[in-house]
Amino acid sequence: MEAFGLLLHGFTVLLTGKTLLLMMVGLVLGIFVGVLPGLGGPNGVAILLPLTFTMDPTSAIVMLSCIYWGALFGGAITSILFNIPGEAWSVATTFDGYPMAQQGRAAEALTAAFTSSFIGSLCAVLLITFLAPMISSFALRFGPPEFFAVYLLTFCSFVGLGREDKHKTIISMALGLLLTGIGMDTISGQLRMTFGSTDLLRGINFLVAVIGLFGISEILLTMEERLALRGHAAAISLRVILSVWKDLPKYWVTLIRSSFIGCWLGITPGGAIAASFMGYNLAKRFSKEPDSFGKGRIEGVFAPETAAHASGTAALLPMLALGIPGSGTAAILLGGLMVWGLNPGPLLFVEHKDFVWGLIASMYLGNVVGLVLVLSTVPIFASILRVPFAAIAPMIVVSCAIGAYAIQNAMFDIWLMLLFGVVGYVFKKISIPLAPFTLALVLGSRAEDAFRQSMIGSGGDLGVFWSNGLVGSITTLALVLLFWPVIDKACSRVGQMLRPAKA
Amino acid sequence: MRHLAKIAAVGAAVLLSSPALAWEPTKPVEIVVAAGAGGASDQMARMIQAAVQKNNLMKQPIVVSLKGAASGAEALIYMKSSDGDPNKVLIAYSLIYMLPLSAKIPFNWRDLSPVAVIAMDQFVLWDNAGKPYKNVKEFIDAAKAASTPFKMGGTGSKREDQVLTVFMEKKTGAKFVYLPYKSGGEAATQLVGNHIDSNVNNPSENLEIWRAGQARPLCVFDKERISYTAKVTETQSWHDIPTCKEEGLDVQYLMLRAMFLPGKVTPEQTAFYVDLFKKVSETPEYKDYMEKQALKPIFLTGKDMTKFLEEDDALNKSLMTEAGFVAK
Repeated sequence: MEAFGLLLHGFTVLLTGKTLLLMMVGLVLGIFVGVLPGLGGPNGVAILLPLTFTMDPTSAIVMLSCIYWGALFGGAITSILFNIPGEAWSVATTFDGYPMAQQGRAAEALTAAFTSSFIGSLCAVLLITFLAPMISSFALRFGPPEFFAVYLLTFCSFVGLGREDKHKTIISMALGLLLTGIGMDTISGQLRMTFGSTDLLRGINFLVAVIGLFGISEILLTMEERLALRGHAAAISLRVILSVWKDLPKYWVTLIRSSFIGCWLGITPGGAIAASFMGYNLAKRFSKEPDSFGKGRIEGVFAPETAAHASGTAALLPMLALGIPGSGTAAILLGGLMVWGLNPGPLLFVEHKDFVWGLIASMYLGNVVGLVLVLSTVPIFASILRVPFAAIAPMIVVSCAIGAYAIQNAMFDIWLMLLFGVVGYVFKKISIPLAPFTLALVLGSRAEDAFRQSMIGSGGDLGVFWSNGLVGSITTLALVLLFWPVIDKACSRVGQMLRPAKA
Repeated sequence: MRHLAKIAAVGAAVLLSSPALAWEPTKPVEIVVAAGAGGASDQMARMIQAAVQKNNLMKQPIVVSLKGAASGAEALIYMKSSDGDPNKVLIAYSLIYMLPLSAKIPFNWRDLSPVAVIAMDQFVLWDNAGKPYKNVKEFIDAAKAASTPFKMGGTGSKREDQVLTVFMEKKTGAKFVYLPYKSGGEAATQLVGNHIDSNVNNPSENLEIWRAGQARPLCVFDKERISYTAKVTETQSWHDIPTCKEEGLDVQYLMLRAMFLPGKVTPEQTAFYVDLFKKVSETPEYKDYMEKQALKPIFLTGKDMTKFLEEDDALNKSLMTEAGFVAK
């Protein structure tokens, strides 16, 4: 119960007018940053970091983490309204969120997204509060084979559990993996597939690809079909919010499952993105009507958003306790901590109790205040859909271009984004799923590094992936998921054969 | 309008008559970091940003831009393509010598304008505090006796960490398997988790796990011990770590931390930054940072710096060649 007392102390540190004001300012800034595609959390926090140099560390981190929460909430808005994910982990939200918006249920989708974000974060914060010391030692058990096993699990769950044709999923994933090979190879220190171009040196940035694949291709499709972004029926009222909340208990299994996946992958460094995809896929697998996913099912918004936010929040734990950032934004916050003279590491929890518990308390408060703030602004955001397509399309294209440019300040990225727009359009036409492609772009190079590090360490012995209970069970689970459709069929056939035998 | 023109004319006259104020940035100044967020270069950039802002050393704000893609090559190419732009400053380290050699990046530091060397970074041999070997000799003996080779973790491939590993092998005859990670922070965590047996991290990268009693410093790769004598852990200071030479492992390496402007900037512009970094190096923020991160203080500009860079380049080139890391 020591944690509880410390948490209460944390709240007393926070509950001053000045801190609450900073919190509001941070959240509003964060939502704006999150709404602009490509700008996203990491850039937003980086731009605003110098503002906080003159503050005391607690106020500064409260403001910055509120920008972070704001950006997390904001990222869902563009995913749902325009099919443009602001952050890597918002990609899975577009699968059902965007169809809902097209059916005129934007307000419902937004409410669902914000609410499940809140639930996910809350679970993760509870976890941080009570289990911080135990969990940081769990994260230490992850070496290269364990990391690879987690990435493999994500890839396999995509192939095995996806609704799309298996061969198309694999084609899409393989193309993504090929593209991640471009640029500098960490293991050998050599350049690959750059063909002497200095622009390709950086590799293909994931966000540039995503903005093109999802945003630009969507505009192309809409133009072709002469569709307006249909949002006329997006009448918003407190009633919509309440009705979504009333339905919430029905989905408790999904919510708990996603929170669990999110927390687990969040404390595994770099797992935040995998979490949202996995949350989505598992919800689909265990649903009674898996075919309705991808066509605007509210559960398809709950599942990835809960998992993404649980992991986004849990990612702060390894940063504080071990000094390894779990996400891009966490990495920048880490830089901030150093400026204020706080060194993240195992001793932070002992030497700077005020700061750590102030931060944890701000996670509770920031999420509550954030939820109220975004819900009250849902009508404003949903009304964007009522603007005629002809007026809004150019604005979306421009903001996509700005987003793509801002990531690395490179003109080349805008051309790349347009190219990916065409690629995305073609993929949609020949119904190759985009999600495996983006997943491979995000996790491909990390998976490759982890695999090759494991191979160097074990001298080329694949047995390393079954060398202890942890890595062995993850790898086995991954293989089971990969061959799930076959196993599923085999099981039912065996079942059929047994039944007559009994009779 | 006429008023403005008059003010501008007077202003120009004032500026021209006082050479000390000959040039100063008119746009925000960008500090280019050739590494990822949270790494040693990024931390240094944030320190400079804070020191300049808190002490009002410059009118224009400083922004930090992270260009760590392709192991930092992105930053080098970016600087190279910014000829004549006096609003970009690179925080350089040994990659300016090594990357063109190992990965054939079309870059030469002589194309940039050197401003100042502001610190030297140390390398320390660390092992996991839970292991029984407490000094270099025991560690090397254990490495030689081990049935599977010891794993050495480090940042990147064919860079300073791996060069040090190769030279440790050459001097001792022990064999190591080198595992390249993306950052020193990762190499530190992997050491604590016992996924590697040792690393050669900079002091700043392993500071916290040392203080937490999870890592043990075996020796420092320098001619002399680190000068800071204030206690860092309960029993030890940086000064208490023996040099590798004292311990019978004759390998030395120091890494520069230096500031560069793009090529083709005017001498006045360079002079402004020399002066700025001189002032930064006198701020309490800088001094505090140097001690905390156990960096070796140094301040070189002008001819001294060029001479240092040429010698350092030659040294790095010979190390890389001897280690067999130069791409054909």
